Amino acid sequence: MIDWWDLALRLGVVLVAFLVLPLLVGQLEHKAMAHMQSRVGPMYAGGFHGWAQLIADGVKFVQKEDVLPTAADRHVFRLAPAVALLPYLIVLVVIPIAPDGAASSLDVSLFFALAVMSVGVLGSLMAGWASANKFSLLGGLRVAAQLMSYELPFVLAAVSAAMAAGTLSLTGIAAAWNPWWLLWQLPAMVVFFIAGLAELQRPPFDMPVADAEIIFGPYTEYTGIRFALFLLAEYAGIVVLAALTTVLFLGGWQGPWSDQLGWLWTLLKTGAVSFLVIWLRVAYPRMREDQLQSLAWKGLVPLVLLQLVITTVGVLAL
Amino acid sequence: MTLVEVLFLLLGAMALGSAVLVAVSANLVHCALWLVVTLGALAGCYLLLAAEFVAWVQVLIYLGAVVVLLLFALMLTRAPTGAVPDLTSSNRFLAAFTAAAASGLLIVSFAAGFGGTRIEIGSGDIGSAGALGSTLFGAWVLGFEVLSVLLLAALIGAIVLSRRQERD
Repeated sequence: MIDWWDLALRLGVVLVAFLVLPLLVGQLEHKAMAHMQSRVGPMYAGGFHGWAQLIADGVKFVQKEDVLPTAADRHVFRLAPAVALLPYLIVLVVIPIAPDGAASSLDVSLFFALAVMSVGVLGSLMAGWASANKFSLLGGLRVAAQLMSYELPFVLAAVSAAMAAGTLSLTGIAAAWNPWWLLWQLPAMVVFFIAGLAELQRPPFDMPVADAEIIFGPYTEYTGIRFALFLLAEYAGIVVLAALTTVLFLGGWQGPWSDQLGWLWTLLKTGAVSFLVIWLRVAYPRMREDQLQSLAWKGLVPLVLLQLVITTVGVLAL
Repeated sequence: MTLVEVLFLLLGAMALGSAVLVAVSANLVHCALWLVVTLGALAGCYLLLAAEFVAWVQVLIYLGAVVVLLLFALMLTRAPTGAVPDLTSSNRFLAAFTAAAASGLLIVSFAAGFGGTRIEIGSGDIGSAGALGSTLFGAWVLGFEVLSVLLLAALIGAIVLSRRQERD
């Protein structure tokens, strides 16, 4: 029989993590990006180094008018932010932060995570369509093109980790990890991370939302709380991508004193990968559409196929 | 009726209803989005039938890739943002008849083939990835390989078609 209190507690922790971690990443982005660009970033809100800036932003977004364009497709337009955000909440349910630390121990949790993550992009497509705005439509077109190119290397890189561990369970994969994977699965890790960035439309892969040319693409017509939900989806996506990279390729909870401090290792590694996501935004300019496509098809796909061969040899020979 | 049966019937009704909406909706984008509901409800049915792995593959491939591909193709060709008046085809009755005949055939053949069969799904790993994999690459490997050759042929066909347009 399922222990309902235990389950409720775990789901509660997931909900809190979902509400808090994206804001932490957002604040980290404000401050880290500012210092990398020789600015100080938010300093006043909340007193100490602007820690309450995102709360103030949230209050501001709630107060703004929720504008619905006349030509927009009302229901789809209203539904889109929820479709973009909710999948990331659901994915968090299967991510293990300790050997016994996932809210749900699904047998095929890796597939579950990849499947649910791939639904989130429908939110951007719905927004692009429903806004009845040519910039939004162009943005939606770019979202779809980008997703179709990067979904393949993303899934294949995850498959490589699953093959190496011999299981589709995220808990099992993290348990099977050993430090050699850092070398053996390095190409898969790089491909997974880059393709994940592209799926989140994070810079340098932010062609779909390119604010300077198509004015935030699918989100052009969004205001107030719905726009904030799309932004939140982006940061929740960073958390999920970082957590998945941690669990698949960085050993999850493994590290010194992992019996007691396993959850801390998972959070630390997730934080480090999130920082890398922010760093890449500051370090690289936006890629052009044709560069995006050729990176995916000529770079990542052959690399991850080579990785699959290497993984197969490793699994069979060792 | 058990809870599982009730859920199964509800999901089945949802799949059927949204499939009808896919066919009759006047807005092309709504058709594609109702298709998402249909495919999602089907994934739910698979889940209730203990075919866990197939259910998530259904979500990953159909919801995450095929629908996106559909929307992409719509955007590239016509990109209508509102309702399209001349969407209903003139041979809709023929199409309805064909669809009804095909589903009748499928229902009859499934009922004849597996009508009385009962599978105990409480025992565990019937629909797990491991069981599915060993069946697919054991008993059904020939069909699997033939399918992959078919996909390869389609791929080469697509390359040939796009190259020919380039030369003209």
